[in-house]
Parts: sequence; structure tokens; C-alpha cells
Amino acid sequence: MSGTWVTIQLALISLAISLMFGLLGAWAKLSKNYLAQKTAAGYTTIVRGVPDLVLILLVFYGGQELFNSLGTATGLWDYVEISQFAAGAGTIGIVFGGYMTETFRGAIIAIPRGQIEAGVACGMDRLTIFRRVIWPQMVRYALPGFSNNWLVQIKSTALVSVIGLQDVVYNGFVAGKSTRQLFTFMFAVLIIYLLLTAVSDLVLRWLDRKYSKGIVRSDNG
Amino acid sequence: MGESIIAFLETWSPIDIVLIAQNFDRFLWGALVTLQLTVISLVVGGLLSIPLAIIRSGNNPFLNAPVWAFTYLFRGTPLLVQTYLIYYGLGQFEWVRQTALWEPILSQAWWCALIAFSLNTAAYTTELLRGSIITTSKGEVEAAKACGLGKWMRFRRIVLPSAFRRALPAYSNEVIFMLHGSVVASTITIQDLLGVGRWLNGRYYLAYEGFITAAVMYLIIVLLVSRGFRLWEKHWLKHLYPLDAVEARPKKGLASFRV
Repeated sequence: MSGTWVTIQLALISLAISLMFGLLGAWAKLSKNYLAQKTAAGYTTIVRGVPDLVLILLVFYGGQELFNSLGTATGLWDYVEISQFAAGAGTIGIVFGGYMTETFRGAIIAIPRGQIEAGVACGMDRLTIFRRVIWPQMVRYALPGFSNNWLVQIKSTALVSVIGLQDVVYNGFVAGKSTRQLFTFMFAVLIIYLLLTAVSDLVLRWLDRKYSKGIVRSDNG
Repeated sequence: MGESIIAFLETWSPIDIVLIAQNFDRFLWGALVTLQLTVISLVVGGLLSIPLAIIRSGNNPFLNAPVWAFTYLFRGTPLLVQTYLIYYGLGQFEWVRQTALWEPILSQAWWCALIAFSLNTAAYTTELLRGSIITTSKGEVEAAKACGLGKWMRFRRIVLPSAFRRALPAYSNEVIFMLHGSVVASTITIQDLLGVGRWLNGRYYLAYEGFITAAVMYLIIVLLVSRGFRLWEKHWLKHLYPLDAVEARPKKGLASFRV
């Protein structure tokens, strides 16, 4: 089942891209720069408003043409073919970067201002404050939202089979069609995804316990 | 004047606006199919989820386990695979093809999409409702007991109305999620909004026009839906505002810190 491996790679690479875009987006949204704020707001609105499959198709077909006509116009590069994997991982990463932006922004806002002021008072520069004060707590506050996003993101990778990437769905479909046992094969694909989400769920719970050490949860009574 | 604008668009515009305008009625039909699939499956799934959520919030293990398995299966797997399983998979079994349901329903892409979407949203909504049922404040239930309300009366008059209200913000996400999920219909030959975009691109051998038009229309629908839900929340969650506003409002000045 080489398709499963493709799916896992796709999910992990798009996760890395989405984390990058998420941090960048959160930074832009919280910055004082008007332009950065507006760009980030436009980015999250578009990316969270348009279904991911539409964007995947747009990037795969439209992006290819745009990229090549740009290359021809500037003379910088010749005909380049964007692979299904690159288009899929890139688009899913950018789309979920929009969701991550909101999660990270909320997490940074949740950090008490006094701690940041204390950091300034101790003479830390901005980078040190981010590394020592904001990041460790941001991870804790962002984890529930992040877990949610990640579980949705894994499932979104199935859509890349539509542009012909030979992931687990594509392979399962082709195999099922040739053996006339589509139910059996699609059910196997279903179980593979279930395993992937179940394993992620376990890892995320472990992370959650690790990062909330020393925090007393208040009772909801 | 009008002609010169069209001539300008045809020669200079990077995307073929004239072609989109000519086929705009198809896009509207596609949007209608998308909305139809989304709304019907939300209604069916929503109705299914109410009894399931009541079961999930109770503590009968024999009822609870199968419902849990159902929601776990549907929430842990992609909608695309579920839809494929129903549309392409069911035909594998001879006995399914023999039933009376095969010809009118199970061999039709539209019905299969509807079944898959309804079950999917039912699973998500069940867990969401369960969450808001079990967080109903104890005092309200105790007060209802003290007033002599029976178990069902308590659910109907006290627990459910308040649970529905509190589930509203999360449910608005589910509605948008379902709208996004409905694009899967275009992969099993249905001419929904994305289906029309793909058709246009395929027919005229284009790269962006169909997808961009579909994307813009999805964006408009999503913005309208979320605006609608915000108004709804304002109406139904009014009694919760003063308390929440104090807690949830981020301290001013914090957001202005640059990181």
C-alpha cells in the first residue's frame, strides 16, 4: 500500500507549510502594520471561505498556466510542470495555514499581558520574549484548536486524489475498479484513514498532557 | 460604448469575463444544486442527530456504544471516501442491486451524495449536541425535577432548548463545513457549483475561469451564511452575553503587542 505512505507524506508536508503560514499569519494579524493586518485578514477570509477542493483545482490547473506564462514573460524559466503532490501539499498547507492563523492568534491573545511586560522589564528582547514566554504557553493554548485542524487536514488530503495523485484513495479506487470489488477496497481505505486519525488523536492527547503539566484544570461545575 | 467595453474585456482582461457572463445561468443552477444538497442533508442529519445525541449523553452502554462507533467512523474518515463507498461501493453486492431501492435511489449519484452527506453531518452534529447537552447547568435540571417534570418533559422543555442555543456557534461551523464538503458531489458526476466550473473549464479548455467563478460564489454564500448565523446568535444567545462578554473579551492593548 504505497498510497498510504503518499498520504502520510502529503499530510506531514502540508502540516509544515500550514504551521509556517499560521505563524506568519498570526504575526501579521497582531502586528501594528496596517498593510500586514489587512493582507492577513484577506488571506484568512478567502482561504476559509472557499472549499479546499476548488482551491486545489485552481492551483493545479490555473497555477500551472500562470506560473508558466510568468516564466515566458520574464524569460526566467522554461516550461515547468507542477506535480500533483506539490499542488496538493501546497494548497492544503496554505488553506490550513488560514485556520492555524486564527488558532495561534487566539492563543497569543490568551497569554496574560503582565508576563510580556515582565519579560520587557527583565530586559529581554522581542525574540527572547517570543521564545521564552510566548511560545511555550502559546503551544498549550493552541493545542486544542490545533488538534482539531490537524484531524480535518488529514481528511482533506483525500481530495488530492481528484487531481490524480496516487494516494491511498486513488490507489484503492483503481484497485477496486479492476477487481470489481470497490466496496471492499474503499472500506479498507476508510479503515486506513480511521487508523491515521486514531493514532494522531493519541499523540495529540499525549502532547496535551505534556504541555499542561503543572496546570490545574478548573472544574466546570 | 457597451460594445467597446466588451471588446476591451475580450482582448485585455486576463480572464474571459464574457464567457463567464454567457454561462452565468449555469453557475446559478450549480449554486442551487449545491444549496439543495447542503440544506437537505443538514435537515435530515440534524433530525437524526437529536435522538442520537440524547442517547450519547445518557449512560446506557448498549445504546451508547453503537452510536459512538457510528460517530467515530464518520468523523474519523474523509467525506470523499464515504461518498465513494456508497456511490461506487454498494454496486459490488448483487443483493443490493436486486432490491427495489437500487434503481430509483442507490444507483443515482444525487441520492448517494445526499445519503453520505446526511450521515456525515449527523455524526458531527450528534457529538456537538452531546457536548452542549452534558454541559447544561445542574441547577436548571434540579429545578425542573423540583417542579415535578418527568424525564422527557425535562428534555423537551429545559435541556434541549438551552442546549440548542449553546450549540449554535459551533453549529454554524458545521454548516459551513458541510457547504465546503458538498464539493465532493462534483467528483461523482453531479453538476453542483464546482461541477459547473469543471465543466466550463473542460469544455473551453480553460485553466482558471470556471474555478475562479465557483470560488467567488462559494465565498459569497459562506459570507452570507456566517452573517446570518451571527444575527441568529445575537437573538438566541442574548441572555448569555453580559456574563460572557466580561470573560471572553481580550484585554485591550494586548492585541497591539508586536511579536
